[in-house]
Order: sequence, then structure tokens, then C-alpha cells
Amino acid sequence: MPDTPAFSPAALGELGRIVSHYPEGKQKSALIPVLHLAQAELGGWLSVPVMDYVASLLSITPIEVYEVASFYTMFNKEPVGRFKIETCRTGPCALNGAEDIIGHLEATLGIRDGGTTPDGMFTLQSTECLGACGQGPVIMVGETYHELMTAAKVDALLEELRRQAATMPSAASTATAAATTAATAGVK
Amino acid sequence: MAQRKMLLEYADNPEARSLEGWKRLGGYAQVESILKTRTPDSIMEEVKSSGLRGRGGAGFPCGLKWSFLDRKSDKPRYLVCNGDESEPGTFKDRHIMERLPHQLIEGMIVSSFAIGSKHSYIYVRGEYMYILRILEKAIDEAYAAGYLGKNIFGSGWDFDLSVHPGAGAYICGEETALLEGLEGRRGNPRIKPPFPAVSGLYGCPTIVNNVETIAAVPYIIAMGGDAYAGIGVKPSTGTKLISASGHIRKPGVYEIELGKVSCEEFLHSEDYCGGPSNGRPFKAVIAGGSSVPVLPLDLFVKTAAGVPRMMSYESLAEGGFVSGTSLGSGGLFVMDDSTCMVRNLWNLARFYRHESCGQCSPCREGTAWMEKLLERLEAGEGKLTDIDLLVEISKKIEGNTICPLGDAAAWPVASHIRHFRHEFEHHVRFPEKIRDPKHNVAAPIPRPS
Ligand SMILES: Cc1cc2nc3c(=O)[nH]c(=O)nc-3n(C[C@H](O)[C@H](O)[C@H](O)COP(=O)(O)O)c2cc1C
Ligand code: SF4
Ligand code: FES
Repeated sequence: MPDTPAFSPAALGELGRIVSHYPEGKQKSALIPVLHLAQAELGGWLSVPVMDYVASLLSITPIEVYEVASFYTMFNKEPVGRFKIETCRTGPCALNGAEDIIGHLEATLGIRDGGTTPDGMFTLQSTECLGACGQGPVIMVGETYHELMTAAKVDALLEELRRQAATMPSAASTATAAATTAATAGVK
Repeated sequence: MAQRKMLLEYADNPEARSLEGWKRLGGYAQVESILKTRTPDSIMEEVKSSGLRGRGGAGFPCGLKWSFLDRKSDKPRYLVCNGDESEPGTFKDRHIMERLPHQLIEGMIVSSFAIGSKHSYIYVRGEYMYILRILEKAIDEAYAAGYLGKNIFGSGWDFDLSVHPGAGAYICGEETALLEGLEGRRGNPRIKPPFPAVSGLYGCPTIVNNVETIAAVPYIIAMGGDAYAGIGVKPSTGTKLISASGHIRKPGVYEIELGKVSCEEFLHSEDYCGGPSNGRPFKAVIAGGSSVPVLPLDLFVKTAAGVPRMMSYESLAEGGFVSGTSLGSGGLFVMDDSTCMVRNLWNLARFYRHESCGQCSPCREGTAWMEKLLERLEAGEGKLTDIDLLVEISKKIEGNTICPLGDAAAWPVASHIRHFRHEFEHHVRFPEKIRDPKHNVAAPIPRPS
């Protein structure tokens, strides 16, 4: 990440499209979508310089950005691994073995919930209900849901993510990559 | 009675996912004729006579809510669709947004026309980012076809539609917290009144409705409000999506005619849950999302008076919160006898503590305290007095907070203890038996007869 954060021309285009959704003078409404964009484009987490940059883009004060970034759980307040693996731990998923899946991830990667592997590849985070309770246990990586998870499917997923990292070494532009996977993932 | 598919008629048809395909299925023709031949007031009247109740959880009559809109104000009006869907057990709106995006867009066009909104928003929880992209693609298609934008369908009416993501906060499902998120702020619910219908988005008159509510509106106008009111059992009119999960053979999203399917049938019929997944008897049901009171199996299938319960707002509420529950969002999850109800409640208490926005002290402090006590009980380190203390705390939260999240956190606690007190006492009396996290699978805790 460069010292002074800056969006690529493509991201600036996306910024313009997002801001156009809100009335004149209400560009602060774009804050949450723009923070998603900033997190995806500028290193996977929201550092103070990144938040200040977002404030300048939307002509609002930095504190207005900090207080929002700290409220919503999807915004990372510190660096995370290349892949953040989020496993639902709530009621219905817990009934169908979510705790075992989280335990299996911790044991396989040798880290605890909330931690990051030393190679910077994976961050583990248990989350609350992802709205896919009928297909639990559920894991979300980036914009993709992986459902009806078993220990074997977790192993296959980790392997697949490692393969992806090897073929796409740069973590930059995960947003663009995510947009493409989302378009192809769709509904099964 | 088998499913009555209205909203979900085309849910499994891939054609429904593109605008061209949706049109081949008859889509948008109805909307065009509505815009050209109906007045906003006549649409409002149909929605009122349909008896449609909000599908987001509270079940408030939709037509009545629309009639509260401040029509004297000269400010713009807004319609905001609530696609936050974060109530544990609920995954029905996803089904509509993901598989039937144009059905929702049709609902937004017709409802916005009735309300007088020239720019409406669909708020989608941040985790559903892939669904947001599906909706954006569908919206782009609709703009290209002239169904959104200037002078839509040549009706002389301009209408814009945008999608707005959340970023991981259950509280943003509460309508005023949602509006805060839409204005680029923390999701702290607002004090009501004023209600959004008077002062909502940017201080303008605003209607917030659930995805399923809005998707039903074009069907109501097409068949007429009275015909819609003939479906179901009044005052539970129409169809309702139920998302079913837990220890059942056939989890999924089902569309029922309200009041026509018994709770027993819903659990066991092959048309719905299909019975237990692990061959163990069912023990408890949470019928309408994690916030509604849990019921033991016998009280779920029959009221305390022994009357078979039906899947409707009224029947599930029979007995109040003492022996009844609520249809809520339609997020139904079922627990078999391997489930430890203490652990289940601890899990839900952790959810509410995690999701409290922290504005009111009873909710912020109370949810944290309840979680701590439950963690202790579940670990076999609790005291008998903790059980009453939990009930006490839940009572102090209920009704004493800015938004209903406080109540939503209190009800599961009160109901789990009311109906399964013996399990909580068992945890205190036999701590050595419950140290293994799988304790209940091996030896279910017997219910005293
Ligand atoms: C904590 C909390 C969470 C809520 N979550 C949702 C939600 O995810 N989706 C929803 O439609 N309504 C949710 N609601 C209800 C909304 O406040 C509001 O009543 C609803 O969107 C109105 O739409 P309806 O009348 O069509 O149901 C929630 C309420 C509370 C208190
Ligand atoms: S009840 Fe809880 S979630 Fe609702 S406003 Fe108060 S602290 Fe926030
Ligand atoms: S409980 Fe896991 S997705 Fe809802």
C-alpha cells in the first residue's frame, strides 16, 4: 500500500457511481459503500490514512468516518490475512455443528478465532448469523458463501484458497476479483 | 395443505433472473398497466383492504402504515426496502432478492408510485454483497429497458431505484437504525416519535417495508385487495414465507397459506420440514426468528388449552408469552432432544450482547450480564440464584429501552427459563455431568413430569 492512499481510476469511477445514488449534498450517505470499496482496494483494512482519505473524498470530517468504521463489524480495524474466513456461530448453525467447524479451522491452521496465520494467508473470525441458516454451517470468504460445511469441505476450501493465492499473487484489486466471482457464483 | 406458491412461483426457474426471462414469464406487463390506469390512492386502498401485514417481524398492517405518511409535507417522500435480514433463523428475503430480483423491483415501482417516492432504496445487509450485485445488475437492466429512470413506461412519472449495503450490524434491521446507516452514520436507533412516516430519511416522510411485504404488493393490485384477503384466515391474510432450519430433514424456504397449515404438519410433512434429521424426537421450536419466545414441542403443536396450533399470527400468539409465541419474521428453527437449552440460550444471549448498539444502559449492560451468567451456568459454575437473576435482568430490560432489541434479548431468556427451568437447575446440581460440551447429546436432560 502506498504511503498516501489513493484509488485507482477504476475505483474513482466506482466512487462517482456510488455517490450519484444519493441526493445533492447528501454524499455522506455514500460512506458505507465507499468504505467497503476502500477496504477492498487499499489493503484489506481501514487504516487511519485510508479513513482520512475517504473523509476527503466525501468532504466530511475524519471523525465521521472513524465512528462509522468502528461501529460496523465488516470493517477491519487492523490488518487481516489475504483471506478472512468468517464462520457463523449463531443458533441454527450451532445446532448443526458450527462449533466443530470453527474448532477444525483453529486446529488445522494452528490459530485461535480472531487470529491470523504467520504467513499472512488466513484470518479466522467467527461471526453472527449470516442469513443462510438452512444451509449451515456456513462460511463466508470475501463475497462468497460456502454452505453445508463439513471438515472435509473446509480442507478442500483451504486448499482452493491457497491455489488461488498462488495464481493471483497480488492481493490488490480483490474488489474487482470479488465482483467477477460474485457475477459467476450467482445462484446454484 | 401443500405450499401455496405465489411469491415463490418462479423461485426455481432460472428464467426469472434476467429481465428478458422475467418478461417471458409475464413480468412487468402488469406494472405497466398499473402505472397507466391506476391512481396512487386506489393502490393504497387495495393494500389496505388486502389486510397485508408487514413481513419483517412486527406484522403491522401495511396499508395502515402507508396511511400515516405525512401527505401535507412538501418534502420529498421515500420508500426504503428493508433487506437487512439478520434475525437468526431468517433467510427468506435472500430467496426473493437472489432468485427473483425483478419481482422485488416491480414491488418497489408499484409501492413507490403509491407512496409518491421518486427515489427509493433497497438496503441489503453487507454480508449479502453478492446479492447486492445481482440486484444492481437487475436494476441496470430495468433502466436500460425504460422501466426505471425518466418517464417510466411512458407514464410521465420519473422514478429512480438504488441499492445500499450495510456492513455487519443486526441493529440496522431496526428501521430507524437502518435510516441512520443509509445516511452514513452509526446504526443507533432513533427515539420515536417522530415515526419515519413523518420524519425518516433526511428528515423526510419515509416508509420502511420488508422485502417480502413489498414483493407482495403487485400481486395484491393484480388480483384486488379483497381477493388477497380471501387467501389465508383473517386477519392473517395472504401467504407467508417461512425459512426453516435446525434439526430437520428438509431445511429451506416454504410459502404457506396463512392459517391453513397446522404446526404439526409443518414439522412433519414431506411438503415442509420432513421430520427430524437425526432420528431423535423434537424438543423445542423457535417459530419466528431468535427474538420470539421458544416453545417446547407440545406447546408449539397445541395450545395450553389443547387446541391444535396453526401457522398464523393469531394461532401462534394464543396464550400470550406465557404459553404462546409469535410468527415474527417466519424464521423457524427446530431443536431435537440432543439440544442443551442452556447452551442454546447462552449462544443467543451472546448474539444480542454482540449486536446491542450500546445506546441504552439496560440493553448494553443487561445483555452483557445475561451472557456472563449463562456462560457460567453452561460451564457448570453457576448458582441456583443465577436463574432467577437472569429472569430479573430480562424484566428490567423489557420495555425500558429505545428500540425493541432490548425486548428481543429479554424474551428468549424469559421463555427458555420458563419452559426449560429443569435444565438450568440440572446444570447447577450436576456440574460434573455437563462439563463435556456435547453433554446433552449422550444423555438428554429429562423433563420432570
Ligand atoms: C433489532 C431489530 C431488527 C430488525 N431486523 C429487521 C430485518 O432484518 N428486516 C426487516 O424487514 N425488519 C426488521 N426489523 C423490523 C423493522 O424495524 C421494521 O418494523 C420493518 O422493516 C417494517 O417492515 P414491514 O412492516 O414490512 O414488516 C427489525 C427490528 C428490530 C427491533
Ligand atoms: S435497546 Fe439496545 S440496540 Fe436498541 S437502542 Fe437501546 S442499546 Fe441500542
Ligand atoms: S445461524 Fe448461521 S447463517 Fe443463520
